[in-house]
Amino acid sequence: MRYNQRLFVPYPQGVGQCLTEGLCSVIELDQVQKSYQVGGRAIPALQPTDLTIDTGEVFGIVGHSGAGKSTLVRLINLLERPTGGRVLVDGEDVTHYDAAELRAFRRKVGMIFQHFNLLSSRTVADNIAFPMKLAGIYSKAQIRDRVAELLALVSLTDQGNKYPSQLSGGQKQRVGIARALACRPSILLCDEATSALDPQTTQSVLRLLAEINRELGLTIVLITHEMDVVRRICDRVAVMDGGRIVEMGAVTDVFLHPEHPTTRDFVFESENVDRDELQQDFEHAAGRILRLTFRGESTYKPLLGHVARQSGVDFSILSGRIDHIKDTPYGQLTLSLVGGNLEQAMAEFEAADVHVEVVR
Amino acid sequence: MMESLLTNVDWVEIGWASWDTLVMVGMSLLFSVLIGLPVGVLLFLTGKRQLLEQPVAYAILSFIVNVLRSVPFIILLIVMIPVTVMIIGTSLGVAGAIPPLVAGGAPFFARLVETSLREVDRGIIEATQAMGANVRQIIFGALLPEALPGIIAGITVTAITLVSYAAMSGVVGGGGLGDLAIRFGYQRFQTDVMVITVALLVVFVQLLQMLGDRLVLYFSRK
Repeated sequence: MRYNQRLFVPYPQGVGQCLTEGLCSVIELDQVQKSYQVGGRAIPALQPTDLTIDTGEVFGIVGHSGAGKSTLVRLINLLERPTGGRVLVDGEDVTHYDAAELRAFRRKVGMIFQHFNLLSSRTVADNIAFPMKLAGIYSKAQIRDRVAELLALVSLTDQGNKYPSQLSGGQKQRVGIARALACRPSILLCDEATSALDPQTTQSVLRLLAEINRELGLTIVLITHEMDVVRRICDRVAVMDGGRIVEMGAVTDVFLHPEHPTTRDFVFESENVDRDELQQDFEHAAGRILRLTFRGESTYKPLLGHVARQSGVDFSILSGRIDHIKDTPYGQLTLSLVGGNLEQAMAEFEAADVHVEVVR
Repeated sequence: MMESLLTNVDWVEIGWASWDTLVMVGMSLLFSVLIGLPVGVLLFLTGKRQLLEQPVAYAILSFIVNVLRSVPFIILLIVMIPVTVMIIGTSLGVAGAIPPLVAGGAPFFARLVETSLREVDRGIIEATQAMGANVRQIIFGALLPEALPGIIAGITVTAITLVSYAAMSGVVGGGGLGDLAIRFGYQRFQTDVMVITVALLVVFVQLLQMLGDRLVLYFSRK
């Protein structure tokens, strides 16, 4: 039997070719679809979907409940069987694995859940040890050391002997994360992992996930209905609606220039923008209305005053925000401009790498 | 004073009868759990949208359990006589009472097991599956430990049901406190014997319930 020295995991024939050389897990969905039989009728949950998730990226899937995102993430570790298409991980079609291969594969894919799904009958340490015990290939000493290591990683070193019911929500999710990492997976699936947590706890759990992604090089697939979660830690995002992906791309692109109505809804919602109010403000404003989008370095440049002086336009700010998308700072300003040379102003903005959109 | 009130009570006889009841309940509870637990697990697993969904197997198993549960125990006692003679060699006494008690207790307990397994959060089964567990590991590693408080409560309820069933078996010569109550308390109009046996049964049931509640509390981590 072939063993991965670092992971202490024996592979069934053909599994983990890629894992032996290091962590690299490309997830490919090839025309994957899923429908459920309800009263003799097939109800589609996921339309045929193509999707590639790259090694080491944090990939967000956003959508309202019932959009198919929960189904999509469960097709990756085959908790749901696709009714058509192929799921490839590291180039291997995992839908053809037999029972033993599937179990070995699932150990390489950690998963965390909205409601944590910890075993209430086991202590924190035993919960974290559970997947290793199931694997049946780790010695007692290996398990003990790994559990201690993981408890430290999720800052719960002193809580090992407690039961889950004695922990707060955030602590429970940390245990969930530690448990998911126990067998050193190369992929981590997050099913609404922060939806049951308060905003502050959400922040700390997201920071932990980002840290894990950065330091362990794990590929993270994350489903959520909160655009804010995507904004904070994802590299790329797919927006789902009605069982299909309606928009996909780098988070900065999708966030700053949403195209599909569903995406726009999510973005506006996350920015707390009331579109009716905004519309009223626009009606009171004179002149042209522009939406400027700054990205990266240009966010911090003193550009507005400069352009105003150069082109002689007067401006007033109707709305604006400055924030971060993962590590990229961005700003979005909606201005009304009067007088001066509008053409020149727009050219100056564009020359400074600012995206200009004419609203009115 | 006590002597004059309880003229007919032979305490040695009561002692032996109590012991017989204890043995009948203990043995039948043991076999009811040994048979009912796997049957309950199978009922759960083969049920709708469960791990080993098997509509036919579920229907058959469920039917047998329902039949045994719908026959009044007093009838089951009589119907079981030939079977008991086959297994034990006699249908009388303490030993003869145990097979019908198990026939009544095991299906009852099986349903309780099925119900308490259904109470286990589906998310926990899903999480365990996602960790790469096989069905056996899901049952013994997650389902049964998580359902343990419910199963213990089920054992308590079954034990108490068996106490009353065991008393009934006195009718067909089963022995124990029920036998005493029927032969002396009822047929010979010795009300004092009746009162004492009933009082002992009440105490017995109270003790069982207390013990069961303690254990449930001990194993509940929620």
